[in-house]
Amino acid sequence: MSGAFRVAEGGRVDRARPVRFSFDGRAYTGLAGDTLASALIANGVHLVGRSFKYHRPRGFLAAGSEEPNALVRVGAGTARATPNLRATQVEVYEGLVAESQNRSPSLAFDLGAINDLAAPFLSAGFYYKTFMWPSWGWKRIYEPLIRRAAGLGRAPEAPDPDCYAQRYVHCDVLVVGAGPAGLSAALAAAEAGARVIICDEQAELGGSLLDETPGSAHAAWLARTLVALAQAGVRMLPRTTAFGMFAQNFVALAERVTEHLAAPDPRQPRERLWQVRARQVVLAAGAIERPLIFPGNDRPGVMLAGAARTYLRRYGVRPGARALVVTSSDEGYRSAIDLAQGGVDVAAIADLRAQPAAALADAARAAGLTVLPGSEIEGTSGRLRVRGARVRRATGGSAEIACDLVLMAGGRTPSVHLFSQSARKLSFDEATGAFVPDDAGGAIHPAGACRGVMEIDAVLRDGAQAGALAAQRAHLPTSAEVLRTVAATAEVTAVPARKPHARGRAFVDFQNDVTTKDIALAVREGFVSVEHVKRYTTVGMATDQGKTSNINALGLMAEARDTAIPQVGHTTFRMPYTPVSFGTLAGAARGNLFDPVRQTPIHAWAEAQGAVFEDVSLWKRARYFPERSETMHQAVARECLGVRAGVGVFDASTLGKIEVVGPDAAVFLERMYVNPFRKLGVGRTRYGVLLREDGFILDDGVIGRIAADRFHVTTTTGGAPRVLAMMEDYLQTEFSDLRVWLTSTTEEWAVIAVQGPKAREVIAPLVEGIDISPAALPHMSVREGRICGVKGRLFRVSFTGELGFELNVPADDAQMVWDAVWARGQDAGMVAYGTETMHVLRAEKGFIIVGQETDGTVTPDDVGLGWAVGAAKPDFVGKRSLARAAMKDPARKQLVGLLTQAPARVLEEGAQIVADASAGRRSLGHVTSAYFSACLGHSVALAMVSGGRARMGESLLVPMPGGDVTVRVVAPVFYDPAGERVNG
Amino acid sequence: MLLIPCPYCGPRPELEFAYGGEGGIARPADPAALDDDAWGAFLYHRSNPRGMHVERWRHVHGCGRFFNARRDTVTDLFACSWKVGEAAP
Amino acid sequence: MQRFSGLAVALRRGAWGPQWRAPEPQAAYDAVIVGGGGHGLATAFHLARDHGMSRIAVLEKGWIGGGNTGRNTTIIRSNYLFEESSRLYDHAVKKWEALSQTLNYNVMFSQRGVLMLAHTVHDVQVFQRHVHANRLNGVDNEWLSAEEAKEFCPPLRISAGMRYPVLGAALQRRAGTARHDAVAWGYARAADALGVDIIQNCAVTGIVRDAAGAVEAVETTRGKIRTPKVGVVAAGNTSVVMAMAGVRMPLESYPLQALVSEPIKPVFPCVVMSNTIHAYISQSDKGELVIGAGTDAYISYSQRGALHVSTHTLEAICELFPDFRRMRMLRNWGGIVDVTPDRSPIIAKAPVKGLYVNCGWGTGGFKATPGSGHLFAWTMAKDEPHPINAPFTIERFRDGHLIDEAAAAAVAH
Repeated sequence: MSGAFRVAEGGRVDRARPVRFSFDGRAYTGLAGDTLASALIANGVHLVGRSFKYHRPRGFLAAGSEEPNALVRVGAGTARATPNLRATQVEVYEGLVAESQNRSPSLAFDLGAINDLAAPFLSAGFYYKTFMWPSWGWKRIYEPLIRRAAGLGRAPEAPDPDCYAQRYVHCDVLVVGAGPAGLSAALAAAEAGARVIICDEQAELGGSLLDETPGSAHAAWLARTLVALAQAGVRMLPRTTAFGMFAQNFVALAERVTEHLAAPDPRQPRERLWQVRARQVVLAAGAIERPLIFPGNDRPGVMLAGAARTYLRRYGVRPGARALVVTSSDEGYRSAIDLAQGGVDVAAIADLRAQPAAALADAARAAGLTVLPGSEIEGTSGRLRVRGARVRRATGGSAEIACDLVLMAGGRTPSVHLFSQSARKLSFDEATGAFVPDDAGGAIHPAGACRGVMEIDAVLRDGAQAGALAAQRAHLPTSAEVLRTVAATAEVTAVPARKPHARGRAFVDFQNDVTTKDIALAVREGFVSVEHVKRYTTVGMATDQGKTSNINALGLMAEARDTAIPQVGHTTFRMPYTPVSFGTLAGAARGNLFDPVRQTPIHAWAEAQGAVFEDVSLWKRARYFPERSETMHQAVARECLGVRAGVGVFDASTLGKIEVVGPDAAVFLERMYVNPFRKLGVGRTRYGVLLREDGFILDDGVIGRIAADRFHVTTTTGGAPRVLAMMEDYLQTEFSDLRVWLTSTTEEWAVIAVQGPKAREVIAPLVEGIDISPAALPHMSVREGRICGVKGRLFRVSFTGELGFELNVPADDAQMVWDAVWARGQDAGMVAYGTETMHVLRAEKGFIIVGQETDGTVTPDDVGLGWAVGAAKPDFVGKRSLARAAMKDPARKQLVGLLTQAPARVLEEGAQIVADASAGRRSLGHVTSAYFSACLGHSVALAMVSGGRARMGESLLVPMPGGDVTVRVVAPVFYDPAGERVNG
Repeated sequence: MLLIPCPYCGPRPELEFAYGGEGGIARPADPAALDDDAWGAFLYHRSNPRGMHVERWRHVHGCGRFFNARRDTVTDLFACSWKVGEAAP
Repeated sequence: MQRFSGLAVALRRGAWGPQWRAPEPQAAYDAVIVGGGGHGLATAFHLARDHGMSRIAVLEKGWIGGGNTGRNTTIIRSNYLFEESSRLYDHAVKKWEALSQTLNYNVMFSQRGVLMLAHTVHDVQVFQRHVHANRLNGVDNEWLSAEEAKEFCPPLRISAGMRYPVLGAALQRRAGTARHDAVAWGYARAADALGVDIIQNCAVTGIVRDAAGAVEAVETTRGKIRTPKVGVVAAGNTSVVMAMAGVRMPLESYPLQALVSEPIKPVFPCVVMSNTIHAYISQSDKGELVIGAGTDAYISYSQRGALHVSTHTLEAICELFPDFRRMRMLRNWGGIVDVTPDRSPIIAKAPVKGLYVNCGWGTGGFKATPGSGHLFAWTMAKDEPHPINAPFTIERFRDGHLIDEAAAAAVAH
């Protein structure tokens, strides 16, 4: 048995497939095809949640994604339990575990309900007016209390083990919503030859047609149409919510792939994000029924009339035994009649309007129902479930009507969310009592209930026209202009929400506990703008984003301001339409897929040697190569000594490389870099500095002239993309007269740096066709030739101060060359060294690293590179900026060396430098690099110090938490100041 | 995600492009001839309009070329695009 | 002004009048503030309270607090690198600490601490430089190891297998968050009580200058208003308003997105920022995870950004906090941020007599609100900057005295 309230037949549930699940620890049985909501109602469970603020008991208001009350945590364990899911959207499966939220200790007895007693003091915005005394009270007392009380469900407590997928797709026509309008639109578009995608948030396509009696004409149309769509190749996406609409018909859809399955295929993603670029979009998102505003309208058992009809027709569940239908629209009559036919005892139809449409009232009376025009609901009774309602009649006097269901029919609000997100205007439609799309031009076509067309046959016609027009606008051959002839007016007339006359709290936003009094108070306090009222009262800001509350709030605001809803306006519709998992949006981007990992050809070798890596932009670079149990400092000391005393090998493949080719290549580089290049001889290299146009250093590197019209330019590891982009920019847009071509060769060349006094003897046997004698290949030169038999470029350069070579070889051959170098080097005591040793060695020589000594506010002169600037050149990028007054200020920070008084003390990088120990002392600069130099036996540091070059020999202080450290300003070259060792 | 009309390749998604800032700001032929005010204006002053904006894009993950476009900064819709060196339509 | 307190709430039982008036604009004011966001309202409050000016109007084209004041992720901190910046922002933090009492409006300033994560050796160097610089300037900032960072923020993942491991973090304990709407409303109510006219739905359409070039009036959608002093505090729309006075600005306006999750019970005790992987996150008192995304690449006034910007942010959030992968985005919105070339603000006299401008706060203006209002009011009242905002001129872009926080932090080697 699948619940005492299950009717004997009907509905789309599978009566042959019972499904066991639990809610708050109790076992229940539902049927395949049930939602958690319908299954619980079938079992007579209506109390499912507690409200956010007052912890009032709440039941199901709706049957779909607009549900504000029935939020549950679904899933067992810590990692997969998901909070705040709507029971109306959760499909039951065997073994489903759900529990209620925001209650303690239980739903029936919730201590938080004490807030409800304090409600008179907790009106809208009360927290802005209080909790200010004493001044420390907010931090120590009030905020911790408020935080503990806030929130709904509990977050998962372990990493999500599921995966998520994403797809991009193009189509001619995307149809959002697969109710009667959407299906007929999709069919018409497909018949016109369009590539069509149709999506719907529900488990089955059909929308309101799923509520039709099996065998009826409309149910038959649905079945036929689904077959036709499949045959026409339309991509049909159930359980897929179009949640965001962006510029140029870019629509985001979230598909729930496995959430409804008891044992999903682990290879399937849990959810999938579709990013659709559609030539045309048909919006057929339907409409949402409005609740009515009366005291006690939030009690479990008070439900939307249309939702009750859905539970009965679609799920075969009676939501109660005896219903009072309260309506302010014609819609309520139809629901009442349908429910009565389905076996629900309808006590009465209480119409808030004095004069209901005669035909409908007659039809209801003919069906044996009592109609009470001009009624007002004065309140409801019951605690955890409604027991009755007090109805005041137009004729005077009020009566208590016993019932366990109060069904509300306040008219239907078109779902204009996506239309409005597309930055299109809405206009107020009096008949619908809500905002509808203002225009149907362009590439977005609202159809059916979401534009206020409510009658089913009109909806089908409207959808077909919208689909045909969309297909036509997508440039498909059709003979005649498709016309939209269906009037965008509802035949349903509803009255705007009004403040009830009777005493007692009437709720507007159920989840956030916003009452009519809150809205009145906000308006009285001067919050006139609709956005202000929303923010002050929080109406419409709950997890349902106001789907059932916004339009009622507008009515109440209009009433309080004595104006009409169009003058009040509406709040901005923002994505997402319904909440979307972070995982769906993040997709597969996790771990190494979060950002691509770049590895050099030598990576595997370094890994095998036990290298420790660091992240530098996207690259993994070997930082040091510890032997046995060495610390980083021990390893670095050994590597440094090894290079200085013998020879070291370093993987410099991450350096950016750009091949600059063409007759005007030298002129181009002259304009880009601060240095002169025209006279650089073929086979020679030069250290180049690149500025931004504002005069600050952007990048540096060695540039070698391979031929008259060919340069090999190197950049920093992180700077390669932006240097190439900048060069392309100038070449294409400013210097387009130059005949130059740029190619990134970063990935083509691996770079093996061999540095140290024994470098030449190591590489000598490996090089063919290049004379590497000191005279033939002096420092700062380059030759092409063969290295280990492969074509390469051999640079004689040094970033260590030692005799050095950089072997540029094709990346595919790099490991072979590296192995040969390594094997040859063993006799010379070769060490492999990483970036940390590279940093120490260059700091000992006072070579800067862009990004470490410089920070985007540093000029060439600041770091002692004034010599590199080609002063005679008429212009280069950044030259004009260097002439500004601020660039010549003698107080600018300049690169200096620092020696600590205590030789072993290594300064901290980033530490500040001051002149003296006085109070209020100001920073003169900061330490940019600091290491212990194993070669020198003391620490060395580079620093940027205000007027630093004039301070040589001065004592300065570096304030540290343990006390000031005394330092002496020295020239920023600690090792081999004469620079003789590069000569080997 | 914008759909950007590359004049060389046709409309392509924004992810293939790099934005290049306001268009039509030519680097002075002789920067040294400019005073600090004029140079500062070249470097930093931008029209930043609410409405039609002439801007540069580079189809960096496509043809690699820079081009100009006119876009409404309120609706983000492109009115037109043209190649470097061509007159604006 | 009806005084707010717990007792008053209990006694009045909802019998409250308007928090501010809705006056018709007068023909003339001593000063007109263009822009009714937090900065503009705070400026009006300080002009009235500190400088004895009583005839002041704040003109807001929409509703007060409806721009970036109500669209940000409410992070407040002052751990900026350069002395000029940290003084500016710490001036604000000190005012935040007393703001609820100053305004008699609970702005819920919550000093829960801001953690800035370092993921690379370069990050460590940069943040340690921040820590040292801040401490020297009397601004609290401390360095935490990865383990200490996790202890401070338990949901944080610090395992070594991450694409970008957490190598440590800089923590400013005095930093935190506040309730953004309350800041606008609190300043509005307090300024109104001092006689300031707050005029909503009043867009400025022109700035009128006299024969000598000085400001003499503003044209608005509700008529012409004479005034000798105009303070432009229009955030993303600053270029548009300044163009009315013929002033071109070193500004560009970009969409900036933010988003919140559905509310959950408290799990996140502080604010966490990661510049390297572009994400910041906190949990509001209501229980929503409040997440900031980056700006879009192109200038725009559309107040909405592209989906790929938000998804990129959530990739980073899920990488740092994998427990949150099943959490759901509830609401996403966009603001228009005005960005200067050096990412530092301008609070200064404009090159037109009687015209003042406060702009360029980029993605971080909310945190400066109380200090910015105080300094801008001083600048407008005395026609000269306060020492704290003296470096934040327009002319620095001519002279090269940039205060480049972004360049100082973002250059990788």
